[in-house]
Amino acid sequence: MDFTKINHIHLDILREIGNIGAGHAATALSTMLNKAVDMKVPSVKVISFEEITEMVGGSENIVASVFLRIVGDAPGCMFFMLPIEQAEKLLGDLLGGEVVQLTEGVHSEMTISALQEVGNILSGSYLTSFSDFTGLNLQPSVPATSIDMAGAILSFGLLEISAVSDFAIVIDTAFTDIKKLDEVKGHFFLLPDPESFAKIFNALGVPMDE
Amino acid sequence: MSEIIKVGIADINLVSPPDTIRTTGLGSCVGVIIYDEGRKIAGMAHVMLPESALIKSNTTKLGKFADTAVNALYDMLIKKGASAKSIKAKIAGGAQMFQFSSGSEMMRIGPRNVESVKLQLNQLGIPLISSDVGGNSGRTIEFNPADYQLTIKTVNKGTKII
Repeated sequence: MDFTKINHIHLDILREIGNIGAGHAATALSTMLNKAVDMKVPSVKVISFEEITEMVGGSENIVASVFLRIVGDAPGCMFFMLPIEQAEKLLGDLLGGEVVQLTEGVHSEMTISALQEVGNILSGSYLTSFSDFTGLNLQPSVPATSIDMAGAILSFGLLEISAVSDFAIVIDTAFTDIKKLDEVKGHFFLLPDPESFAKIFNALGVPMDE
Repeated sequence: MSEIIKVGIADINLVSPPDTIRTTGLGSCVGVIIYDEGRKIAGMAHVMLPESALIKSNTTKLGKFADTAVNALYDMLIKKGASAKSIKAKIAGGAQMFQFSSGSEMMRIGPRNVESVKLQLNQLGIPLISSDVGGNSGRTIEFNPADYQLTIKTVNKGTKII
């Protein structure tokens, strides 16, 4: 994977994918919760594996996550990741004000299933707009959930890229409460597989060689 | 003062007492510790993938692949004065963080990493003293070269020492 061929226009394209995708997901989330959800300007960075886990508060930070593989024209990995307290709050709101606990042994099948469904709907809307924007055929795998250390979860999304590079391009969009903009609710991470970048850029008419 | 030496993803590092060595957030990755019992020197690698062969990688990180990591770690210890006869190993990690119905090869990366590390240790004739592998929990591990104890912390299953 040669990152030197990626210029600022390419990064802008990826940022726009994050923008449109997460924008649709935020709308879906705010419909589900019946309250406003805002998002930050997506960040697109070429970063080392260590730095990726720093984005979610360190490798050992406990997060609730929904993971899915993107299959089709431009394969990759997608994560919807929330700090555990935020996930509990979100699911509590969703399940009609119930007190929700996500720690092992206490959580019910119902809450895990709800988390999976939230992840499914949100990443589905992200992916649909990504697909519409690029004209690429993209489908999500069945989502899988995990509540564990951020490093252990995210490293799974780095496997494809790690075979060819020590760095990864991550499209990260953070959600916030519309009233408390500093409080990050969760992250969307899109990690295209190495060979997908050329396909995405070609689809939008900005090949990597020019 | 003792320090904690950190090992990042795909990194390798060495340690000797009173310091300890640590890597965080092992999922499907495998933490490999090789130590010289007697000389109290040890090293740790955070392995991501089973093998470097067939992969066009211009990486400088030897710790990334099971085959390059185990060999590099062994060479580093020998260079530090370890004796090939008293070198031993402990490993942890190789979990399956996500359960999928379709068992593609990438989804089985944890167990494949473990198999590959064990094979490499075997080829170098390094005895594997203890291991804590598999499952579906992330692990943070810390090795103390003074007493060769490996402490394994998980979010859901508590702490154990092997």
